[in-house]
Order: sequence, then structure tokens, then C-alpha cells
Amino acid sequence: MIARIGSIGFNTFREAVRDRVLYNLIVFVLLLVASAPLFGQISIGLEKLILINVGLSAISLFGVIIAILIGIGLVYKEIEKKTLYTILSRPVRRWEFIVGKYLGLVLTLVVNGILMSAGFFLALAVFGHGLGRADAALLIAIYFILLQFLIVTAITLLFSSFSTPIFSAVFAFAFFVIGTMTDDLRSFAAAAKGITKWLLTAAAYLVPNLSSLNVISRVAHERPVGGSVVLYNTMYALLYSVAAVAAATFIFERRDLK
Amino acid sequence: MKGVSRTRGIIAVVLVVALTGAIAATYRLGSIQVQTSADDELYLQSSKSLKRFSLGFSGLLADIYWTRAVQYFGAKRIAHSMHYESLYPLLDIATDLDPNLLVAYQDGAIFLSAAPPGGAGEPDRAVDLLEKGVRENPDYWRFYFTLGFVHYMDRKDFAAAHNAFVRGSEVPGALPWMRTMAATMAERAGERTTAAAIWSRLFESTQDPDIRETASQHLTALRVDAEVEALEDRVRLFREKAGQLPGTWVDLVRFGFLRGIPLDPTGKPYRLQTDGGVQVEDPQRFPFITHGSSSSSK
Repeated sequence: MIARIGSIGFNTFREAVRDRVLYNLIVFVLLLVASAPLFGQISIGLEKLILINVGLSAISLFGVIIAILIGIGLVYKEIEKKTLYTILSRPVRRWEFIVGKYLGLVLTLVVNGILMSAGFFLALAVFGHGLGRADAALLIAIYFILLQFLIVTAITLLFSSFSTPIFSAVFAFAFFVIGTMTDDLRSFAAAAKGITKWLLTAAAYLVPNLSSLNVISRVAHERPVGGSVVLYNTMYALLYSVAAVAAATFIFERRDLK
Repeated sequence: MKGVSRTRGIIAVVLVVALTGAIAATYRLGSIQVQTSADDELYLQSSKSLKRFSLGFSGLLADIYWTRAVQYFGAKRIAHSMHYESLYPLLDIATDLDPNLLVAYQDGAIFLSAAPPGGAGEPDRAVDLLEKGVRENPDYWRFYFTLGFVHYMDRKDFAAAHNAFVRGSEVPGALPWMRTMAATMAERAGERTTAAAIWSRLFESTQDPDIRETASQHLTALRVDAEVEALEDRVRLFREKAGQLPGTWVDLVRFGFLRGIPLDPTGKPYRLQTDGGVQVEDPQRFPFITHGSSSSSK
């Protein structure tokens, strides 16, 4: 079972790294990071702050775009090219196929995230006049960005298990946007009354809580991120991703592929 | 077939367990996560930049900023905060993004002008915000009422309040009571009845429940202040007639100074002090009284 999932995952990774879109986006992020000092020159004393904010935001946003753009075609392409039938005719279960695809894309995003982060730290070392101990906190922000990728990939896979690529992209991006506003959603729920309160509370807990994974502003101001926040965010990201992949598998198991 | 059902069953269980765990984790996160710096820091203070970033959706962004201002104010007020540093910048940005967002000027000025912890205690900034509202919306006469209110209640500048009511009464469509208010301000500024009239108008004109409650509390406080003063006058008259202070309210009733035991707006009897002073039973129920509590001046 592990060998089969690993094989599907590795093939997904190989396919993804051949995608030209991926390289265009990575180059764009690195250019953006490199140009951050230009933004910094417009203001006074904010050079490093802007470099961190622009750099980490670009890694996060473009990682999410990569996750969505590649994720929407994961299942659809296999069906369209009819390669799925070849895979499923072998002793591969449907859920193994979905889990393998998910892990393959996650591996792609983690590798890309590390590459983009390396570029970011390089820019920080050059333009931010070296790296200090305080910059280690930036690793937590990057770790949270990678956790964010786990969730967004799982959601994209969930939508692509039953929808067309365009709709999957729209749904996944909408979930991403709403997910970044879960704090506001909870505030609205707290202020609402009656059925609206219940609906908003349910929505606030069902959409991915991406706002607690965004600590970019916090680390940019060299403010600490608590150990319990790291622990619970890790638990949350893993559990939410498992739930979304399980839902994708559940739908895909019942899907008529004839 | 049996194997497929078993797989589906396991997946369903994994789904439910993982989702429950995720909800529990996010609930826990919400309670342990310290308030982020975003509450008191505005990373983008330039509304011009924000307008550019909004890609034409400046109205929507203004709504979001107004909502943030309301939530910020609400959270600070509940926490009995004495500092509302980000309130004015939030309101300023919201009204820059949408200069016709009337509610942001109107209610925002009240939030700004009230003394802490009920408000930001920044009446000058409330005036700035309202004057901006007047510049952008010259036909909206209600801004002049709020302007007069802020000048009268929080800045104690009766001449400026009079001027605001006069200016407002001259705007086409302004309700006739604006003229009355201007005249009252000229003749009886500083009197309790004038304050009551202004709070009544505010109570009637606002839709914000917090402002309505505050206005209602102020009206009740004015009533208590007036009643306490009247009762203390009667106690003084009793002393002049009987040569001693009354022991209880019954003494005043017996001498014909009162028809019955005097009750405060909550229905509880006023307390007669041994020195002849009058107090309410529970001063915490009347946060704005200036008479009738041990801490208030007699």
C-alpha cells in the first residue's frame, strides 16, 4: 500500500516539476523578493520590514496559486487522458490514488516553498545587511505557510474530485479568501443573533482557519509566536487536511468513472 | 463489494474524527492566541494607497474599514479601555475611501467624543470628522446636529454648539426642531432641560443600539439628578419648618411635603441620608448621575 501511494506521489511530483507554469511563478516570486528593497527606499526605516512582508506574502500567495493551478488538474487530467483507467486497472485502490496525488503535490509545494524561502533569505542577507538571531522567527512564518499549502492543496483536491478545473479553481480560491478572514467571520458570528449566529459560527469553523496561520506581520515586527500556537496550528493543519482528503476520497470512491 | 463498503466506512470515520479534531484545535487556537498587533497597528495608514490597492472596490473596502472600526470600538468598550488609538485612523480611512459613508461620520463621531471608557474621549477629532462629513455631504443636515451635540456635551463650547445648530437649521430639508434647538442653545445653554432635549434627539435619530443605550442612560441620569435636587430641596424646607432633619420619608409625607415614598427610575426608593442628602439605592445602575451617589457632588 505504502509503495503504491509513494509511486503515485512521486510520479505526481515528477509531472508537476515539469510544468512550465511552476517555474514562471517561482521566478516571479524571486523577482518580487529582489525588488522589495526598491519599495523600502520609498519610506524611512522600513526597508527590512517591507522586504519581510513582501517576501513572505509573495511566497504564501504564489504557493497557494501553484497549489490551486496544479491541484485542479490532478484528477481531471487523469480522467481526460484516460490514464486513470490504466492506473485503476492495476491493484491500486481509489483512495490510494487520491492520497498519492495529494502527497505528490504537497511534496512539490514543500520543495518550491524551500526554494522560494532560500531566495528570500538570500535577499534578506544581502539587502537586510545580514541575518541575525531574531530572523530565526521567520522560519516559523515559513513553516506556517507550508502548513497553509497542506490545507489549500487538500481543499483543491476535494473540489477537483467532483468538479471541473475552472469551478475547482474558483471554489478553492474562494475558500482561501474566506479562510484568511475567519477572525472577522467569528467576530461577525459573535455579534449576530438567532439563526444567522449559528450559520456564521458553523461557517467560521468549517472553512479553513488560515488567519491563525498568518503570522507574517507578527514576525516582521520581531514579536514572538507561542509554542502552543505552533502546536495547535500544526495539529489543526494536519487534521483539517486529513478531513478534506478523506472527503475527496469519499466522493471519488462513489464517483461513476464509466 | 463488502471490501468497498468497509473502505468507505473507514474513510467516513476518518473524515468525521479529523474534522472534529480540526474544529477542536481551531477553537483552542482562538482561546490561546494572544491578540495580534493588528488591533492597534494599522500597516496601511494612507487611504490613497489603499484606494489604489482596492482596484476600484473602494466602497467595499470602506465598508470593511467601517466594520473594523465598529468592532475595534466594541472590543475596547467591553474591555473598559481608556485608549482608542486606532479609532480615528480607521474612521478617517473609511470615510476617505467612501466620502458618502454617512453612518461612519455620524456614529463614529459619537464613539470618538464620549469620555473613556465609554468612548475615545477625543471630541476635537470628532469635530474634525464631522466637519469633513459636512464638506463632503453639505446637504446632510443631521451632521450639524451631531456637531452641535459634540460641542455642547463633550467640548462644553456652547457658542460653537449654537453655531452648529444654526448652520444645520439653514440646510434645506432640515427638520424644524433644529431651529428650536438653536434658539434654546442661545437662551438656556448649560441647563438640564437643554441637555435632555439634545439627548432625546440623539436617542430618536440613531440606529446604533450602543448609542441609544448611552442616550437612554444619560436621559435617566438627568431625571435622577433633577429628582434628587428636588427631594433635597424638600428636606431643606422640612428642616426649616420642623427644626430638625427628617428621620424617614414618612416624616415628609406626614407634613405634606411628599405624596408618597419617592422611587427612582428602577422603582427602588431613594435613600434618605442622616445629613439630609438623598441617594439612589444602586448608583451602578445610573452611570452618568451627578447627584444622588456617594461619589457625586451634592
